[in-house]
Amino acid sequence: MGPIDQAEAAPHTGRRRRFSQLSRNDKLVLSVMVGVPAFLHIVLVWIPAILTGVLSFMEWDNVTPISSAEFVGFRNYWQIFTIFDNQLFPALFNNLVLIVWLFLCSAIGIGLAYLLDKNLKGTRFYQSTYYFPVVLSVAVVGFIWKSVMFGRETGLLNLVWPGPPIDFVGDQTKIFEINFPFLDFPLGLSKNFAALLLAMAWRHIGYIMVLYLAGLKSFDPSLREAASIDGCSEWQTFRRVVFPGLKPINVVVAVITVIEALRAYDIVAALSEPRGTEVMGTLVTNSLMGEGGGRVGIGSAYGMVLFLLCVGFIIWYVVNNFREAKE
Amino acid sequence: MTTNSVGLTRRNKITLTILLTFIAAVWVLPMAMALLSSFRYFESDTLLNGPFSWPKTLTLDNYREAWRVGDIWTHFGNTMFITIPALVLILLFSSMLAFACTRFSWKFNVFFLVLFTAGNLMPQQVIFQPLFQIFKKTPWPDLLSDTNTGYLLGTKVAVILIHVAFQTGFCTFVLSNYMKTIPKELGEAAMVDGASVWRQYWQIILPLCRPAFAALATLEFTWLYNDFFWGNVLLQQGSEKPITSSISVLNGQYASDYNLIAAASMMIALPTLAVYLALQKQFISGLTLGANKG
Repeated sequence: MGPIDQAEAAPHTGRRRRFSQLSRNDKLVLSVMVGVPAFLHIVLVWIPAILTGVLSFMEWDNVTPISSAEFVGFRNYWQIFTIFDNQLFPALFNNLVLIVWLFLCSAIGIGLAYLLDKNLKGTRFYQSTYYFPVVLSVAVVGFIWKSVMFGRETGLLNLVWPGPPIDFVGDQTKIFEINFPFLDFPLGLSKNFAALLLAMAWRHIGYIMVLYLAGLKSFDPSLREAASIDGCSEWQTFRRVVFPGLKPINVVVAVITVIEALRAYDIVAALSEPRGTEVMGTLVTNSLMGEGGGRVGIGSAYGMVLFLLCVGFIIWYVVNNFREAKE
Repeated sequence: MTTNSVGLTRRNKITLTILLTFIAAVWVLPMAMALLSSFRYFESDTLLNGPFSWPKTLTLDNYREAWRVGDIWTHFGNTMFITIPALVLILLFSSMLAFACTRFSWKFNVFFLVLFTAGNLMPQQVIFQPLFQIFKKTPWPDLLSDTNTGYLLGTKVAVILIHVAFQTGFCTFVLSNYMKTIPKELGEAAMVDGASVWRQYWQIILPLCRPAFAALATLEFTWLYNDFFWGNVLLQQGSEKPITSSISVLNGQYASDYNLIAAASMMIALPTLAVYLALQKQFISGLTLGANKG
């Protein structure tokens, strides 16, 4: 499935020779075909990523020329973990909650995919219905939920909320709080962020369902039959045969889930980032733009924290593709 | 019906149908309620009589007001100005790259594919500040731009470029998977006949990739249309921003007129929903062809 296998699998000499047989003109065309997109990608994605790493060790106010930037070692990192810990840790905590939550949603999505794979009547209809929120912008999802679900008087969430009606956009009181020994304030899940979690689930579940359904459809049915002939229950068949057999797609789902959770920004920003809903994405953006824009070093350090959280999963993903291709 | 459904007892089938229908109802609920509320007055109707009451009057006032304040038409134009060129460039670049990496073997083709795939998963915020500086310092002739700043920053060209840089990774991945299914004898035969590399790409491979293009174009259209981050941070003037950013404006001005917010959401969601309803098959196949979007 991965893009790599052709090059790996093909006998190198034969294909290489063919490449050297190409005319000069053809070689030029090929290098332009690769060069232009690669140049754009490297200059606009990878070089900025490296520069963010460099800037996180500098102090720069974004106004004076960049040459006046000063190397300050790990000071920015030290500051964000001590002086600005009341900004960093609430955001990190929300991202952590989001990861756990979206994994739960992924499990639900996988469950739905499994049920739809039974090919009941109307499967197409169910699939389209569960999937449609995925085509909406995350910002629009936030807006739709604000308009009909979150309001104090008319919001539908208040129909199921035990206790007096609350405004689910603004209410930052916590549902639960945890005290950490290294912080002098508790971290917790605020009510407005919990409401956003529901809106995100609406979009995430359908996404994972469609991905997984494709995996299930490609799964060899004879393996499943063999398991049931051997007397496996349905759950055992799924747990021991189907799920391990779909390992490549499991990795895709896991990585997408984590990256989506760490990247979250749109829905929070679209609702003007009410207090209690801050995540790493908004923290980085705010400290590089607008009022906080004068502290590039600090903002870049926040950015690097986000990057370090993601990088392991990105590598896992690439390795997964690469290995699978080799087999 | 495949073998799977045969194994279900009648009772299980009914239970399952009820469960799936219930979930479908829950899924539609926010959208259906938003659609209904968008045609009602908020203060004199929804607030007074509750969201589930029968509407007193139906009105288009919310749409009119949201259309005017959100400046929907201008922003829609901005979005199209960004989305269409970006889409064309993404498909062009990714097909070229996929062609070069799958039909020929050279030293760095694996490296490039890995680089692109990994770059596509990068959180946007991580690269934003240096990118901002790069755009700020890159001179750009006003002739090729929609604003007269003399630099890339603040132009829609900048937004197009970053979309192209990001999304080419995903499309290259999908297209290279697709191109590998095309027998390589086809290219060899063309070579023997003396066709150049470009001709092989343009006249043999590209026409065969039409189904993959259709799927990717549908998917990418909604992704580009739905972008909230880049349009918001790279375009500084409000009137230049894409349609998703109308949300921030309306949210500021009409924070508690929920029905107006609903009307705005419906208008912004309409183009992507229409594409989805019309081209659903393309959508799903694009996603599953790649199964790798982050």
